[in-house]
Amino acid sequence: MKQAAMIGLLLAAVVASAQTAAHPVKHVHAIAQTQRVPAMPRYRFENFTTANGLPDDHVFSVLVDGDRVWAGTNNGLAEFENGEWKTYTTADGLAHRAVLSLALDKRTGDVWAGTMGGLSRISAGRIDTYTQLNSGLSNDVVYGVSVEGENVWVATAAGAGRLNTRTGEWSLYNERNTPMVEIWAYGVSAAADKVYYAIWGSGLLELNQKTGVWDKYDDPDGENEIVLLKDQGLIHEIVTSVSYVDGVVWAATYFGASHYDGRFWHNFLTKDSGLPSNFINSIKGVDRDRAWFCTDKGLAYYDGANWAVYRPSLETGKAEMTVRDAAGKVTEIPVETAPAHNYILGIDFQGPDIWVATAKGLSHGVYQR
Amino acid sequence: MRRRLGEALLGAAVVCLALLLRYGATTVAAEPSLDITEPYASPLELLLSPDGSRLYVLCQGTGEVRVLEAASGRELQAIPVGRSPRGFFFSPDGRRLFVANSWDDSVTVIDTKSSAVTATWKAGFEPSSVVEDGAGKTLFVADRIGNDITVLDAATGAEKETLEAGRGASYLAMTADGRRLYATHVYPNPTPHRTPPESEITVIDPVRAQVIDRLKLESIAGAFHVALSRDGRLGVVAELHPKNLVPLAHVEHGWAFVDTLTIFGADVSSEPGRTVEVPLDELDRYYARPFGVAIAPDKSRIYVTHGGSDVVTVIDTRRMLAYVHAHREPFAEDLSASAHYVVARIAVGKNPRGVVLSRDGARFYVANRLDDTISAIDTRTNRVTQTIRLRGPEKVSALRRGEQTFYSAQYAFQGEFGCANCHIDSTFDGLQWDLEPDGFGRDIVANRLIEDLRGTEPFKWNGKNPTLAVECGVRTEMYFWRSQNYDDLRLADLVLYIRSLPSRPNRFRAADGELTSAQERGRAIFNRTVDKLGQPIPQGNQCAYCHSGPKGTNQKSFDVGTKKPTDNSGLLDTPQLMSVALTAPYLHDGSAATLEEIWTVYNPHDQHGRTNDLTKDELNDLIEYLRTR
Repeated sequence: MKQAAMIGLLLAAVVASAQTAAHPVKHVHAIAQTQRVPAMPRYRFENFTTANGLPDDHVFSVLVDGDRVWAGTNNGLAEFENGEWKTYTTADGLAHRAVLSLALDKRTGDVWAGTMGGLSRISAGRIDTYTQLNSGLSNDVVYGVSVEGENVWVATAAGAGRLNTRTGEWSLYNERNTPMVEIWAYGVSAAADKVYYAIWGSGLLELNQKTGVWDKYDDPDGENEIVLLKDQGLIHEIVTSVSYVDGVVWAATYFGASHYDGRFWHNFLTKDSGLPSNFINSIKGVDRDRAWFCTDKGLAYYDGANWAVYRPSLETGKAEMTVRDAAGKVTEIPVETAPAHNYILGIDFQGPDIWVATAKGLSHGVYQR
Repeated sequence: MRRRLGEALLGAAVVCLALLLRYGATTVAAEPSLDITEPYASPLELLLSPDGSRLYVLCQGTGEVRVLEAASGRELQAIPVGRSPRGFFFSPDGRRLFVANSWDDSVTVIDTKSSAVTATWKAGFEPSSVVEDGAGKTLFVADRIGNDITVLDAATGAEKETLEAGRGASYLAMTADGRRLYATHVYPNPTPHRTPPESEITVIDPVRAQVIDRLKLESIAGAFHVALSRDGRLGVVAELHPKNLVPLAHVEHGWAFVDTLTIFGADVSSEPGRTVEVPLDELDRYYARPFGVAIAPDKSRIYVTHGGSDVVTVIDTRRMLAYVHAHREPFAEDLSASAHYVVARIAVGKNPRGVVLSRDGARFYVANRLDDTISAIDTRTNRVTQTIRLRGPEKVSALRRGEQTFYSAQYAFQGEFGCANCHIDSTFDGLQWDLEPDGFGRDIVANRLIEDLRGTEPFKWNGKNPTLAVECGVRTEMYFWRSQNYDDLRLADLVLYIRSLPSRPNRFRAADGELTSAQERGRAIFNRTVDKLGQPIPQGNQCAYCHSGPKGTNQKSFDVGTKKPTDNSGLLDTPQLMSVALTAPYLHDGSAATLEEIWTVYNPHDQHGRTNDLTKDELNDLIEYLRTR
C-alpha cells in the first residue's frame, strides 16, 4: 500500500514537472524582449554535400585531426584537407562503404574506421582491414571505435572487443565474460583507467582497466518507459553513445541523456532541460560540465547550466538557434545558418569550431563568438 | 721405379683433373673443419666516426661492435652488445652509438668516448635498425617482427609510441636536414592471393613522429637499405623484384628475380611521391640481392652491394637519371638498361652487406659478412685497396661453408638467385610460387620458414622429399638453379647449416613459459578430444594429433579439405608450428591471409580439425595459443 502511494506521488510529481518544465515554441522569447541571455557559442555553418565534394549526404560520423577532417558517410570515407575532399572506398581497401564510427590515434595520426563490414585502419593512405573472417573481430558491424594507448576498442553487433596493436591479440567481451545482457554494443569510450560501453538494451558497461573488473549501470526503472526515479541511475537501458571525459561519463539513450561523475547521476530529458529531443544518437563531452548532444531534432550544447540548440526549424526549415537559461527561459537568437539537417549523428571539435555529421550533409560550424 | 712414379703421378693428375671437372675448383680447396666452436665475427654493418679516423663494425656473429683504426684496420676495441645485432647509428653529435639487437628486442647505448655501454633500452619485436632525430630527442627503431617503428625518448629510452610500417620493417635513413625519415621492409605487405607483391617506403615526419606518406613499391618483395643524398633530392632503395606469379620454368632474362633499385625524390621527378624502378642486372648476368646502398657526397656515384654475387655495383648517377628522364617506364624488366648507367662491378668478399663512404667520398668500405673481411675501395679507381681481416677463426668450418653456399647465387643459371633470395636472412619471403615440376599453373605453394627443422621431415608440401639433402640437392639443381649444382660435400655443409638454424625467440610466450589465460584456454581447445556437443573428435580431426610433438607435426600427410582445382593432390605434409604467428599467409598455397581464415574460410566441413563448434572468442583463444608455438 505504501509502495503504491509512493509510486502515485512520484507519477504526480513527474506529470507536474513535465507541465512546468516543457517549453513549447509559444514560450520562446525573441531576443529583443530579453535583457540577459546567456552567452552561448554562435556559429556560421558551412555545409558540405555531394554538391561540393562529399561522397554521400548521409554522414554517420565525423573526426577532426588538426587541419584534416574525416567524414564517415554511407558511401565511403571522406578526407577534407586544404579545401579538397578525397574519398576512400572499398576499392582502396576500406572494409565497407558505410562508415559508422571514427577514432583517431593521437600519437600516430592513424584513423580507425568502424564500418558495416569490418574495422579499417587508415595510416598515411594505407588501409588495413580487420573482419570477422580474417581477424579476431567478433562481428563486421562496428558501431563504435575508440583508441587508448596501443589498444583499439570496438563496439560491434556481437559484443565488445579490444585489439592490442602491438601483439595483434584480440580480446572479446560479451555475455559470457561480462555483465552484458544484450550483445548489441553501440558505442565505446576508452581511457587509460576505464572503458565504457553503450549497450543497446543492456545499459552502460564499465571496465576498470586496473582491476579488470566489469561493472554495469542500469536504469533503476528497468525497461519501464516512464521515469520514476530520476537521477537515481542511468536514464534508460537503450544506450546509444557514451563519452568519458575528465572522469565523468556522459551517456546518450533514445530516451534522454545521463551524466555520472562516479558518485551522482544527473539525467536530462526534454521536459526539464534544453534537450530538443530525448532521442539521442550521439553524445560528446567537452569536460566535466559541458557536452554536445546529437539528436533527431537538432544539435544541442549544454554548458553546465544553459542550453543552446542549433538546427533548421522543424516547421519552416529556416536556420534556428535557441538558448535556454538555467531558469528555463528560452530565447530565440537570430541566425543565418544552421547545420545541414536536424537529424544529427555526430560531432567533433576543431579548436573553437565544430564539425557536425547529419543525415543530409556535413556541417562546419565556424565559431563566431 | 721412376716410370712407376711417373705413372702414379700421371694417374693422380688424371684423378685430380677428373675431380676438378666433376666438382669444380672449390672442391679441392681446404677441407672445412668440423671442430670450430669460436663464433665468426660476421660483420654486417659499418659506420665511420665523424672525424673518419675510426671504423665501427657491427659483428652479428659475435654480438659486438668492433672499433678499428680506419687507416690501418687495426682493432682498437670490442664492445659486447646484445644478441644478433642488426643495425647501428651514431647520434648526430657523435657522442653516442645506438645498436639494435634483433634477438634481444633491445637497443644498446654506447658512450663513444669511453666505449662504455651506458644503457640498454627495450624496443619492439626484433629491432633491426635505429636512427636518432637531428635534435637528439627521439629515437626510431625499425622492428622486423613487429612490422612497426618504435619511437623512444632519446634521453630515457621510454617508449612514446609505435608507428605502423611495412611488413618486416628493417631499414631506416634520415635526410641530412632531419626533416624526413624513410623506412623499408623485407617482407611484402599483404595483398590478395595470387596478386603481385607490394611493398612501401614509409615516410615519417620525425618531428611529429608520424607517418605522413607511403610510397608504393609495386611488385617488390624484399626492400633493404635506403640511402639519401646529402641535399635530400635523391633517395635510393635496394630491393628484390620476384616473378612468383609465373611458373619457374623460364629462369633466364630475369624470370625468377630481377635485382633493382627504386629511386625517388626531386631529382627523379617533380611529381611528389613518384618512384622509379631501375634494374641492376645484365641480359646474361645477375647481381643477386642488392642490399647496402651509399650515395657519394657529390651525388655522382651510387654504390650498391650484392649479397648473393660478392660484388659492388657502381652507378653513374647523372647517366642513370638521364636514362630515366629520357625513357618511358617500366624499365625494371629491361635488362639492357643497366648498361647505360652501371660503370663498374667490383669484386669483394663473401656476402657483402653494409657499406659506408668516407666523408670526402674518396673511399668506401664494405662489410663482407661471410668471410669476416672489410674491403676498402678507392672511389677514383674503383679498386679494392685494402682487405681488412677481422679477428676470429681463420679456418672455414663446415657450417660456415654451408652458410656461404646458402647465401651465394653462383650456383643458379647466370647467377640469378640463391637460397637466401626466397629465405631472406634464412627465414622465408611471404610469397607463393608456381614451381615447374607440378605443371604450369598447378600446385601453387607458399614458402615456409626454415628454422629448427630437425624432426620435421619430410619436406615439400607434398611430403615427397624425405631429407634436406634431397630437398636442397637434386631437386634444387633440377628445378631452381638450372645450372651447376654443388658437390656432395658442399651439399652436406649446406644441409648442416640449414639444420643448425635455431628458432627465434617467441615474442608471444612469456619468458618463463607461462601462458596467459587466453593461451591456456586455447591450449585446451588444441588438445581436446571431445567437441562442445560432447561428441568424440576423430583422431585425425584433433589438432594435437597431426600437429603433435614439440615441433607441432607428426610428419605425416593428410587431406584437410584445402585442395584447390589447380592442385594435383589434396594430400599434404603436416607443417610444423614453430613461429607460426610470423609466417602468413597460410595453408599450402598461401590462400589463407591470416590464421583466422584457415578456419573461418577454409574449413567449412571440419576436415582441418573440428572447429565449427567453436565461438569466435574460443577460436581467438586457439589462435592465441598457436602464436606461442
